[in-house]
Amino acid sequence: MSDLDALESESVFILREAFNRIDKLAMLWSVGKDSNVMIWLARKAFFGRVPFPAIHVDTSYKLPEMIEFRDRMAKEWGLDLIVSRNEAALASGMSHQQGRVTCCTALKTEGLKSVIAEHGFTGVIAGIRRDEEGTRAKERVFSPRGSDAVWNFRDQPPELWSHYNLDPPPGTHLRVHPLLHWTELDVWRYIRRENIPVVSLYFAADGRRYRSLGCAPCTQSIASHAANVDDIIAELGATTVAERSGRAQDRESEGAFEELRANGYM
Amino acid sequence: MTATAQAHSRPALPIVIAGHVDHGKSTLTGRLLQETGSLSEGKVEAVREMCRRRGMPFEWSFVTDALQAERDQGITIDTSQARFRWRGRPYILVDAPGHKEFLKNMVTGAAAAEAAILVVDVKEGLSEQTRRHAYVLQLLGIRHIAVAVNKLDAVDYRQAAFDAVRGDIEAYFAEIGLSAAAIVPVSARQGDGIVGLSRRTGWYDGLTLIEAIDRFPDPILPSEGPLRLPVQDVYKFDDRRIVVGRIESGRLRIGDQLAFLPGARRARIKSIESWNTTPTLSAAAGQPVGITVDEDIFVERGQVASHADTPPATATRLALRAFSFSAVPLRAGESFVLRLATAEYPVTIESIDGIVQIDALGRQAADNVGRHDIADLTVASPEPIVLDVGAAALRRGVLTRFAEIVAAFVINMPLPVPLPLPVSDPLPANDRNLTPTRSSIAAAEREQAFGHAGGVIWFTGLSGAGKSTLAAALERSLFELGYHATLLDGDAMRQGLNADLGFSPAERTENVRRIGEVARVLAESGQVAIVACISPIRTDRERIKSALGESFLEIYVKAGIETCRARDPKGLYGRASRGEITGFTGISAPYEEPAAPALEIDTDQLAPPEATRRLVALIESRLGRARAIQAAS
Repeated sequence: MSDLDALESESVFILREAFNRIDKLAMLWSVGKDSNVMIWLARKAFFGRVPFPAIHVDTSYKLPEMIEFRDRMAKEWGLDLIVSRNEAALASGMSHQQGRVTCCTALKTEGLKSVIAEHGFTGVIAGIRRDEEGTRAKERVFSPRGSDAVWNFRDQPPELWSHYNLDPPPGTHLRVHPLLHWTELDVWRYIRRENIPVVSLYFAADGRRYRSLGCAPCTQSIASHAANVDDIIAELGATTVAERSGRAQDRESEGAFEELRANGYM
Repeated sequence: MTATAQAHSRPALPIVIAGHVDHGKSTLTGRLLQETGSLSEGKVEAVREMCRRRGMPFEWSFVTDALQAERDQGITIDTSQARFRWRGRPYILVDAPGHKEFLKNMVTGAAAAEAAILVVDVKEGLSEQTRRHAYVLQLLGIRHIAVAVNKLDAVDYRQAAFDAVRGDIEAYFAEIGLSAAAIVPVSARQGDGIVGLSRRTGWYDGLTLIEAIDRFPDPILPSEGPLRLPVQDVYKFDDRRIVVGRIESGRLRIGDQLAFLPGARRARIKSIESWNTTPTLSAAAGQPVGITVDEDIFVERGQVASHADTPPATATRLALRAFSFSAVPLRAGESFVLRLATAEYPVTIESIDGIVQIDALGRQAADNVGRHDIADLTVASPEPIVLDVGAAALRRGVLTRFAEIVAAFVINMPLPVPLPLPVSDPLPANDRNLTPTRSSIAAAEREQAFGHAGGVIWFTGLSGAGKSTLAAALERSLFELGYHATLLDGDAMRQGLNADLGFSPAERTENVRRIGEVARVLAESGQVAIVACISPIRTDRERIKSALGESFLEIYVKAGIETCRARDPKGLYGRASRGEITGFTGISAPYEEPAAPALEIDTDQLAPPEATRRLVALIESRLGRARAIQAAS
């Protein structure tokens, strides 16, 4: 069994646990590379289907290629797509100019919370990985969120030997993290192995490409000549720059990302 | 395939960094990441900035202590993971908190690891918390451990300070059944002993820490061994009914006959289903599979599929060793849900058999199990629990209370159901209209006539320990000395009187009861009955003893399981390890040693003639003429 097989096996196991035990389950689909891998793993787990809705939290500031990709792939993959926008905040003119953490909280965290409340979801699958960022490294695979989606990172429940916390109390929900143990490089190697479609923004054009995708105003491209998946894998083997270095909201202040996540950000 | 891609196919080895708070685990983690060139650009600068803002010197632990509260208090709250690569091999470092308050997080981190680095402050030595962490590693089944004796810089790199701590570690590890792959003097803060040895520890010529972990083997998936496939779910998205689960051990092929336990349902594998992979005819341990079967049988989550001829054990009572996370104590009589693989069983704690003493390593009686206690428990369930002490996933699990995980456990052994038997708890004779006729001959009369008292010589022990050999030799010796002696061999009895009995716990108990009854009749007739019978359960033997009193002599024939396995006179161990026999004592069924045997014979040490001589001496003094003379005087 190769290392990718082992990662795939664990993710499939996690997705099947979530599907068995969580009545109202949905998957967050940012249309980034990780969440495409996650959709793919769900199709592995459920024999070609994604038997729960895919939620896209649309801030309205996403790069246009992402929206085009979303609508095309949702159809091709037969997804039950839910697009959620915080229309009230957008109407009041919310943007990163009000502060990045404020904007992320309003458009992403609140957008997510409202879709969870509206549909009564008790479990939300998210494609976060430990190697992305320090507070994500401290996550559980099945991570309880209190009322108002708060993450009590000071007192997380024990989780061991594939025995997860499966039954959240009423009024709370679970975040399920099937990619927690993958690395950025694993994701790209799996994309290559399985030939999974990704947004063209990841590939270099005019000497620049996106390594991580988010909203246009807060996401920087990097200098790169990686024009295909093989090139990206070779590039990642050599780099020492952090993956989310192009994501401005992570670095507003020392605890900015922790604060975002504690309040319900993915 | 490129060189990079090839290097990646070696699986990452997860290593937990364990040890007491403030002994320097996070510092060591930061160091390992730095020295192996694994920190991203700007990380060291970011940490330097965090330290400057707090007006403190550079703090390596800030690399993994990602939470502000952790940095502000200088303490790791929750487990974290970071990756590094050394000589092409990927590692996952699991940084686990050392503070007592966060033991549940330490266990969560450590349970994901295959190996460990135990960090011990050379100034503090083996603290209670360090011992507890070592004990938890043992309980979690982690066997590859390197010890970093840290902060050598604080004792001027004195060898004597290191040697003293090393001695304590070796002694404690030996007591709890661990062995350290290396005990390395390091200074995480200065970087000594981690990747390179420093001149300051010139007296040490062993492995560096990184060399020690480089020697840890890759984890192996248990593809050999009997098939264990816990059912995770059953899907019916289309006209296929697909049974899904992860193979925990063994392998399966299309066409294999499967049994689903509990229950007696059987079916053959018709197909192995998958999406976006090449069709396959077989699958092995570690793989998540979906299968369809040829019979329309009822299958549900929690059942365990195995090959029909090698089913796992089932039991309704279990002896567990448990680690409690619960702030509310666990009590005898309290009910929980026991989760084992994908199954959930209602259980009640029947008894708390003791709390493990981390320092003294004894067991202390207690009427409840507090938070962070390691306790031995007996639990009982109204439903049969499917288990396999040879397969990790069917040996260890968790207890939940109101859906919350409150303890992790490892099954020590399945226990038999105690049967209310006539010998121990007879109905009053007149309730059953019985009027036993008493013999008119007194025991003393018989003793005088035969020249010896009647009695039972009961040989107990594992299969292959040497019971039958010794029993037959003893019968011959006693006969030649003029004793009226009769051999009752367990296997021979199973061909006659006990031919209707199998090997379930209840039937084994009944088998022992009947042999005991026959032996009692013989003893009361003045003869010496020599019984050779595994009789694994202490209470079964105690029952006969209480009926016979002084004339019951329990002989414990002892040999290591390896010796028994090597001897294997009946070829049973081979069959049991191939899974052809289940409920085999010492392999898949328990053996309870006698607490106070009249004689213990270790056949690893003692040859049959000498053993027989000692047995004859014992019988002469307890049943023979010597006793008669003593009694008369």
